[in-house]
Amino acid sequence: MVRGFGWAAAFPDEVWEHVFSFLAADADRNAVALVCRAWHRIERRSRRRVFVGNCYAVAPAAAVRRFPEVRAAAIKGKPHFADFNLVPTDWGGGAEAWVEAMAEGWPHLEELRLKRMVVSDDCLELIARSFKNFGVLSLVSCDGFSTAGLAAIAANCRSSPVHTSVGLEVAILVSVASEGVNELSLVYLLLSSADIPYLRNLRELDLHENEVEDNCLNWISHFPESFTSLVSLNIACLEGDVNTSVLECLISRCPNLKTLRLNHAMPLEKLVSLLQRAPQLVDVGTSKFSADHHPELFSKLESTFAGFKHLKSLSGIWEAGPTYLPAIYSVCESLTSLNLCYATIQSPELLKFVSRCKNLQRLWVMDLIEDNGLIAVAASCKLLQELRVFPSDPYGVAPPISLTEHGLVAISAGCLMLHSVLYFCRQMTNAALLTIANNRPNLTCFRLCIIEPHTPDYISQEPLDAGFSAIVESCKDLRRLSLSGLLTDRVFKSIGASANRLEMLSVAFAGDSDAGLHYILSGCKNLRKLEIRDCPFGDKALLDNASKLETMRSLWMSSCSVTLGACRQLALKMPRLNVEVIDERRGRPLESWPDDFPVEKLYIYRTVAGPRSDTPPCVWTV
Amino acid sequence: MSTTETGCSSTEPEVTGGLGYDETELTLGLPGAGGSKPSETDRKRGFAAAVGLNVGAASRGEDCGARSSDSSDGSVSGAIKRSAAKAQVVGWPPVRSFRRTALRSCTYVKVAVDGAPYLRKVDLEAHGGYEQLLAALEEMFSCFTVRDYPDERRLVDPVNGTEYVPTYEDKDGDWMLVGDVPWKSVLSFFLSCFLTVAAVRFNMLRA
Repeated sequence: MVRGFGWAAAFPDEVWEHVFSFLAADADRNAVALVCRAWHRIERRSRRRVFVGNCYAVAPAAAVRRFPEVRAAAIKGKPHFADFNLVPTDWGGGAEAWVEAMAEGWPHLEELRLKRMVVSDDCLELIARSFKNFGVLSLVSCDGFSTAGLAAIAANCRSSPVHTSVGLEVAILVSVASEGVNELSLVYLLLSSADIPYLRNLRELDLHENEVEDNCLNWISHFPESFTSLVSLNIACLEGDVNTSVLECLISRCPNLKTLRLNHAMPLEKLVSLLQRAPQLVDVGTSKFSADHHPELFSKLESTFAGFKHLKSLSGIWEAGPTYLPAIYSVCESLTSLNLCYATIQSPELLKFVSRCKNLQRLWVMDLIEDNGLIAVAASCKLLQELRVFPSDPYGVAPPISLTEHGLVAISAGCLMLHSVLYFCRQMTNAALLTIANNRPNLTCFRLCIIEPHTPDYISQEPLDAGFSAIVESCKDLRRLSLSGLLTDRVFKSIGASANRLEMLSVAFAGDSDAGLHYILSGCKNLRKLEIRDCPFGDKALLDNASKLETMRSLWMSSCSVTLGACRQLALKMPRLNVEVIDERRGRPLESWPDDFPVEKLYIYRTVAGPRSDTPPCVWTV
Repeated sequence: MSTTETGCSSTEPEVTGGLGYDETELTLGLPGAGGSKPSETDRKRGFAAAVGLNVGAASRGEDCGARSSDSSDGSVSGAIKRSAAKAQVVGWPPVRSFRRTALRSCTYVKVAVDGAPYLRKVDLEAHGGYEQLLAALEEMFSCFTVRDYPDERRLVDPVNGTEYVPTYEDKDGDWMLVGDVPWKSVLSFFLSCFLTVAAVRFNMLRA
């Protein structure tokens, strides 16, 4: 230990551990670990949660070795643009390496959250077998597995009493200890016969927007009869039918169930009988919400939903028609989160429903809500914090929906707590963006997608530079920004200069020259993720700002003007970056291509693990 | 307020508020037109060119540029409707693939054979590739050449032995054979139903 840090020895390790336990943020724990060797040692032994933003940034074995006592891990794989089919399906992001390392080094792991990774059924089986106290499995935007894998997870769920082996250990203690023998033997008896509440079993199975192959129809029935610990079940992404009666039994025997999100395949009558068994639910995702009109079904639905005294979050409502929506008006007042982004309800019914939800904090909806609907939301939902408006017809030729910039302006004026926006629309003006910026300087996330690329201000025909500049200049805490519409290099100058808290920036069809990229990379102090497509950004900006790239998690550039030569130079200059060139045409190997070869897709990320070994044929690490 | 996607008119039942109508939306686009995998359709040429068909029937999308020199021009006539969707940029607008598949528009396309008394519908997603699609189309239209090809949908008039098949008229005014599209999707969709005389000979294997 360095002299001068002797105070670190003034307290035993446990005291420092306790102090560090109040540091929730990873950044804070990382800072603590750099103070001195003692703190480094104490911190790493006591870290319980690990977040790996890029699965290739560190070798799994290294992470497991460094933090031996981790109980909760979250790992992300593919770049964000994989969501939009820009990343080849075989690019990578496989979870095996991580799951194998975790199975070996973290046997006490309780929570695993994977996002955009390729998870095989074998992986799921390994997870099911390896972690005795496993409680939470969350798979978001993953693929590669099937319902057979889920069956393996289900089958390994337990709600059993303590194993005899534990009882034996206690018995040995009893025979060794001479004092307090009676208390210990009593404890032994209790342990072996009772359900210990702290024995962790699967509490949460969260499958969010995964591509799951349906090959095991009755996977739900693999949950043992004794399994009662479920708190949260989200199967909304599953395509196939789920056995309703088995599900009903499962729900009935899990009294702690708070979240239940079903898939769209279930007919409305079955949904109703299912939900009747769990009036304690806080978060419900319904299945199909349309059926022929039956008064009996309507009143059943009405009474079921009236029975939800604690419902805060509602989603699903697939294919909703106006018939059954009024049946659930009773829950509107209590809702804080409403996700109707798959509900193709037309504006009048939507308006009627949403404007009753006076306590809404989060609203995800289709553009079918139209400007009128958003104006009504602005008037009724004063507590709104997050709004997402999705396109109902993203590839349509003519814009039949009357959703324009006016809707968003109304929301920005009426909802004082609004801080997060995702908005798909077809027209915008600088004036509207200025108004939004002035109304809501507390925005932390602003993602605007004007559907047609290069769309200017439709009134002045100017680029939207002024509007977006106003957003970054006014919203000092902006952490995430997505640009669209006609934009020149000027907007990047503003962003580089003003967006000091910006962590993630998405750019498409924007800019005039390399200067645009240079402004971003030389400014934006806190930039972590940058993703760019179809912009005229090239080599110079990249090479001039090479060291910036090591301060970021990743950079994606596709259909820009980067050449292979620049990539080679960059890779030479920055050994701790993986510079991956992606080319799906699969011609001659990379080595034989000339320096001026245009790079179609480029993914650069910092890593301490070196070039990865699982690159597919279309990916070259330069 | 009504959209082309849902196509609601005041007389349509609520069930079309969702996907009911979409699934039978008549387009001839390959899945790329509906937006499910635009990158693949951008790369593929018309399958006639790729596979080298000499069968008259072909289903075409607006991005199938090349025509096989083998198929006669008359075989794919103006009976085929083209969807007006313009060429799409890959991955734009940034809508998640999951959302696209969840709200996907129908992949049933109309197939017309010149001279046939009615059109057929085929689900492109039901076939793994061009070869399978081609085989399915051949089977569909072979009933015109082989008089005694067993076809369960035929009704025989016991008096004069004339065979009938049920057809219906869709919103484009084309006569379609009943049975290609799943029942549920079609319920909201029948305009009128008609029994057509099936005994029409047609040689689709023109040189």
